[in-house]
Amino acid sequence: MSETLVDVRNLKQYFPVKVGIARTIPLKAVDDISFTIGRGETLGLVGESGCGKTTAGRSILRLYKPTGGEVYFNGELVTDKNITHMRKKMQMVFQDPYSSLDPRMTVEDIIGEPLDVHKLCSNRKERHERILELMETVGLNAEHATRYAHEFSGGQRQRIGIARALAVKPDFIVCDEPVSALDVSIQAQIINMFEELQDKLGVAYLFIAHDLLVVHHISKRIAVMYLGKIVEIADADELNEHPIHPYTESLLSAVPIPDPDITRARQRIILEGDVPSPLKRPSGCPFRTRCRYATPQCAEECPDLSDRGGNHLVACWVK
Amino acid sequence: MSETLLSVQDLHTSFFTDNGEVQAVNGVSFDLNPGEILGIVGESGSGKSVTAYSIMQILADTGKITQGKVLFKGEDLTKWNDKQMQGFRGKNCSIIFQDPMTSLNPVFTIGNQMREAVVLHTDRRGAAADARVKELLELVGINEPEKRMKQYPFEHSGGMRQRVMIAMALACEPDILIADEPTTALDVTIQAQILELIQSLQKKLGMAVILVTHDLGVIADMCDNIIVMYGGRICERGTAREIFYNPKHEYTKGLLRSIPNVSNMKQKLVPIAGTPINMLNLPKGCAFCPRCDAAMKICLSEVPQELTINEDHKAACWMNVKAAYEEASRNE
Amino acid sequence: MEEQKPLKKNPLSMQLDLSKFSEETFKAATDEEKRQQDVMGESTTFFKDGMRKLFKNPLAVMSIVVIVLILLIITFAPMIVPYKYEEILSVNGVRDKGAKNLAPFKYSQLEQEYIDNGGSRFPHLFGTDEQCRDYFIRVVYGTRISFFIGFFASIIVLIIGMLYGSISGYLGGKVDLVMMRIVDIIYSLPDMLMIILLSVVLNEVLKFSSGSLLAKLGTNMVSLFIVFGLLYWVGMARLIRGQILSIKENEYILAAKSIGTKPGRIIRKHILPNCLSVIIISTALQIPSAIFTESFLSFVGIGVKAPMPSLGSLANAAREGLQSYPYKLIFPAIVICLIVLSLNLLGDGLRDAFDPKLKR
Repeated sequence: MSETLVDVRNLKQYFPVKVGIARTIPLKAVDDISFTIGRGETLGLVGESGCGKTTAGRSILRLYKPTGGEVYFNGELVTDKNITHMRKKMQMVFQDPYSSLDPRMTVEDIIGEPLDVHKLCSNRKERHERILELMETVGLNAEHATRYAHEFSGGQRQRIGIARALAVKPDFIVCDEPVSALDVSIQAQIINMFEELQDKLGVAYLFIAHDLLVVHHISKRIAVMYLGKIVEIADADELNEHPIHPYTESLLSAVPIPDPDITRARQRIILEGDVPSPLKRPSGCPFRTRCRYATPQCAEECPDLSDRGGNHLVACWVK
Repeated sequence: MSETLLSVQDLHTSFFTDNGEVQAVNGVSFDLNPGEILGIVGESGSGKSVTAYSIMQILADTGKITQGKVLFKGEDLTKWNDKQMQGFRGKNCSIIFQDPMTSLNPVFTIGNQMREAVVLHTDRRGAAADARVKELLELVGINEPEKRMKQYPFEHSGGMRQRVMIAMALACEPDILIADEPTTALDVTIQAQILELIQSLQKKLGMAVILVTHDLGVIADMCDNIIVMYGGRICERGTAREIFYNPKHEYTKGLLRSIPNVSNMKQKLVPIAGTPINMLNLPKGCAFCPRCDAAMKICLSEVPQELTINEDHKAACWMNVKAAYEEASRNE
Repeated sequence: MEEQKPLKKNPLSMQLDLSKFSEETFKAATDEEKRQQDVMGESTTFFKDGMRKLFKNPLAVMSIVVIVLILLIITFAPMIVPYKYEEILSVNGVRDKGAKNLAPFKYSQLEQEYIDNGGSRFPHLFGTDEQCRDYFIRVVYGTRISFFIGFFASIIVLIIGMLYGSISGYLGGKVDLVMMRIVDIIYSLPDMLMIILLSVVLNEVLKFSSGSLLAKLGTNMVSLFIVFGLLYWVGMARLIRGQILSIKENEYILAAKSIGTKPGRIIRKHILPNCLSVIIISTALQIPSAIFTESFLSFVGIGVKAPMPSLGSLANAAREGLQSYPYKLIFPAIVICLIVLSLNLLGDGLRDAFDPKLKR
């Protein structure tokens, strides 16, 4: 395996939620997750809405102050003090290409903002040239530099967002559902661009998405989250072919596959009920309320991730 | 096969906005048979939802059907007045929407809203209506219906709300159920539940379903027949197998190339170039032509006509004409 | 199956008249030709788009025309009309006692004689008042005062409201809670009562050197400004706080944070430009309300100090001879109506054009 770039250890992110007048209880959005991402590698992070995958991405970049745990970037502990400096190396691409670009700024100013903030360009000419270079990298027409974000389609806006993230030449980008707001034919354009950029610039991605097919396509390894916990983490193909955790199993079987013969032939495992609210987490294993194999032990203690061989980590008592 | 239930003929729908007329649907025709699941697939702006709304005549104020007919059991719905349409909606044809959060009124209980739907379209009143509501909730797989009836929409999860919406749509056993992106706002595992529910209800009640979605996976899973739309026109139609294994329109081909290949996940995607169509400024010829790799001179100027590929399959692409022309000239 | 194939030939050729096609029609289209089919719309900025919408709104355009006309008149009329607002009419240095309560375009006996003798006299467009002053110029000055008060009161409200609102909104949490409760308390004070009480108190406390503008306006007006400063900013503060709270939730603020932007720059570059339209719109709507308050106060007699006219005090003075000289009430009343109506309509037009929430 390549050298470790990002090392997340026991990351916890709780949010206080008001109940009643003066009492607050913690909402455990991310509860004790650990993983590593190698240089130039892609880790996919999948899970359903509310499982904490977006929060995880944001607390790694310290957009929230983590409740506990550490993030090491390139061997260096990320703290409040060095975060501004670190942001030159760690960037983010957002889900919504509409709300993540300031409507009052031109494309040039949006892409140029990181350059200004980190004072990466000494004069206006250099800044302008760098911006045009970035626009070309993401496949935007240079004549569009003076236009406003709202004049572009979703895919083009996402390109602007990616150019903004690339401006500081980062080593690591958190991609928070970067294609889920786009049309199918445009998704492929953006996914291909992510892959090309990785080949060319050697950036590592944390690719957060709920679309398993897309995540499987782009990722080397995949981590599956459920209610703030990572329940399984393995190489993409291994996870897809031999899912161990019951949740992963049913998640994979529930994905509609765009191939009539395959999708109609396979056996679907339909999960009962809904995801519990993160405020009312079941005791023990968070998945036990919907799990087919649940035993009394599952209600008592939460299983830790254990290696099932070949770097395939699973958190389950039964399987 | 029995007689056609719904027949849409040369439907044109436009929206009249500040920036000019937007021709959202441009001459769409199709037939729906009883008990069929018809999938309409397309990207945003393809006119797939507007087609569905035009059938129900629930377009926004600026929208208008400008041409064409919608025949329901032989009667033209576009000639019906508001009152007749109100009878049609709910009784003959129901719709469920993408967002179950906003399609329920937050200030009334579930039972209250469902009772209203039942009272409006059937002659059940009081306890009989309540019994029907309970029956419907059970039908869509909601446990403890009596308790649920007293709850407000916010007390339910997205999947549960979508179930309630479906139950409401089924209140008087319509002949047609239109599902407009019914699972887009839901998680994968919940989506699977809802799709399974729609499938089983369709079998149980024998109604026809029009499933409007952008998700090729859902379409492949659910539908007997598929219509592919782009720029307000039908590109291609046929059985699910024909569309997925034998696409005859460049757009459908491109669409299938741009999704990850299940049997070979690491295979590079081939995206469709360009940007989505600008509906205010439709191309003169084929709507897809500016993004099409195979575009020809004729595509620029003339809208392709729909040709029969085989009895299960029709497509409107000049490439098919080109193939025929080349074969003919070879034979000469 | 194998045998059937040649029989079937190509089913497509049977549906088509292939003779109308030629090789040429099936030549690949060039990229250039494809691009021509797909043109990106005209580049518009948010501002341009808003202005275009504003000028499409007939009511807003009419309001702009009316406001511009009024502004032109109150700027240039005093230069053209040879009377002053406090000047008692005189002909050749002789006080014209007959020029009392003249109807519009009428001359007094003295003036008529003067004109008959070959002199020229500027007509009294709106007539004169009971103290033999030209009424037109008094209405013009009254409008000036009303505009002045409306404008400055709004500026005061804007500055205080913006500072308070943005601090409260950006810091959030406990600070916001305390600041907003203060706003709630101020909101509950009856404003008219406060104005009357303050003007009574300030009358005693404040003494201005005669001749200064403040002295001309009188303590009532100063207290009006102070009350605006003390009370009316709360609406603006609430509005701006709400705006900032909602803008803060946008992903582009998070995006700015993620690239390492400092809070000061975020407020300056992202938050303020995005609530600018709301600020401008509500300031535009604040002006007529201030004018209205001023007119009302002047009408009840605690407005600007005589002899300085204001639209409200003119209307008040006209009450006495209402039955004989109704036009003296009608002129200032019409002007107030025009100003308030057109400013309100313009404010609405601005909101429709610039507020993205109403954007279709």
